[in-house]
Amino acid sequence: MTGTTSAGGLHVPRYLREPEALRTPVGFPEYRSTGLRAPLRTPVDLPHRLTEVTGPVLGEDRVRPEDADLTFRSGGEAIGQRILVHGRVLDSNGRPVPGALVEVWQANAAGRYRHVVDNWPAPLDPHFDGLGRVVTDSLGRYEFMTIKPGAYPWGNHHNAWRPAHIHFSLFGRAFTQRLVTQMYFPDDPLFGQDPIFNAIPAAARHRAISRYSLERTQDNWALAFEWDIVLRGADQTPFETDDDGDVA
Amino acid sequence: MNPLDVPPDPPGPFQPRTGQRGTGFLTGPLRLGTTPSATVGPYLAIGLTWPDGEWAAAEGTEGGVWIRGRVFDGAGDVVPDAMVETWQADPDGGFPSPEDPRGPSSYPGFRGYARAQTLSGEFAVHTIKPGRVPDGDGGLQAPHVDVSVFARGLLDRVVTRIYFADEAEANADDVVLRALPDDAARQTLIATPTVDGYRFDIHLQGERETVFFAV
Repeated sequence: MTGTTSAGGLHVPRYLREPEALRTPVGFPEYRSTGLRAPLRTPVDLPHRLTEVTGPVLGEDRVRPEDADLTFRSGGEAIGQRILVHGRVLDSNGRPVPGALVEVWQANAAGRYRHVVDNWPAPLDPHFDGLGRVVTDSLGRYEFMTIKPGAYPWGNHHNAWRPAHIHFSLFGRAFTQRLVTQMYFPDDPLFGQDPIFNAIPAAARHRAISRYSLERTQDNWALAFEWDIVLRGADQTPFETDDDGDVA
Repeated sequence: MNPLDVPPDPPGPFQPRTGQRGTGFLTGPLRLGTTPSATVGPYLAIGLTWPDGEWAAAEGTEGGVWIRGRVFDGAGDVVPDAMVETWQADPDGGFPSPEDPRGPSSYPGFRGYARAQTLSGEFAVHTIKPGRVPDGDGGLQAPHVDVSVFARGLLDRVVTRIYFADEAEANADDVVLRALPDDAARQTLIATPTVDGYRFDIHLQGERETVFFAV
């Protein structure tokens, strides 16, 4: 029975949660916006049933090949340092997740988002909208070409600047594998004062930071960063019982 | 000296030997740490807007209904920068997903999934009412929709369920609703009928805080 619940002969996988001590909490007082928004009551445990172990199929038709290149939009080249961001989408059992929709959004090289609410005095780039989409290949790999985002001030506290980051949204195979996260860059001096980064328990913070990828850096064109994303895996599949008495 | 004459271990606490011999085989299950979640931030509209996001069931699908609602914060104010995603079975209780162990269902015009924002003050999802789904213990769950709420100020999505007020009999039998502590908690999960479908408001905090689930 390990890892499955029986639903009238149906074997439903059970997706394992990360231990509480390694999960980002829903609220974190130093991140001020959580104050009135993060629920205060303990969530009720919901055992996984069919609704939780299934998930939508979000196919290729939602994504065009050019969506993976954020550096060329509206007929021109975006300004900034080109970077190739690549990696794999895996589950916590180490299995690749093929066909997963990966959506990204980010600020431009000056640290400004193309959004009506973002009006701090950094220039907009007419050739950068900050939106990308890719679907993982059969080995769970993704990659997109973009511009390294800038840091930006965000008013959480005096002189608060967010470290450079790219937002990621992922669908795995199941409702329980849904993930929204942020990818950071190595050795950012702003980590220490950023409550969104520091809300991640210390032992798990390195999982949010990409690695400089010399092997994929393109000569005379772009730096590269590698970042693997791990979604929740199913509990280990139980071994079938061997009934023939062979115990060798 | 007799090589088989091994001296006893010195007294003291047991010290496990570190390291394993390099057979290359794992002696325990491989387990990678999952990537930590983060807020969608205030600019989710850049990356998470789809023209067809609200349509879990295509326009004109027989039995189509709108589920509309608002998201409230702890001060009772409407949250205008939230995103709500829904996932549900079709009217026969099947899921359009290869992960359904009974096989993926295919219901005309229905994809089971919707994504809507609250920019106008409320979200709206066009869908059809789900059927009953096996509960894993030989029974059936009441018709329900799984819901994720994302917003600036939520470092992880919060998960809830929509049930339907006009399914009182099925709701009374539902394994999830029955496990809730009291009727007030149950009421936070019940969508009420409207002229074109249902209304389901979500309270992130406060007296009427919606029941959220750990999944």
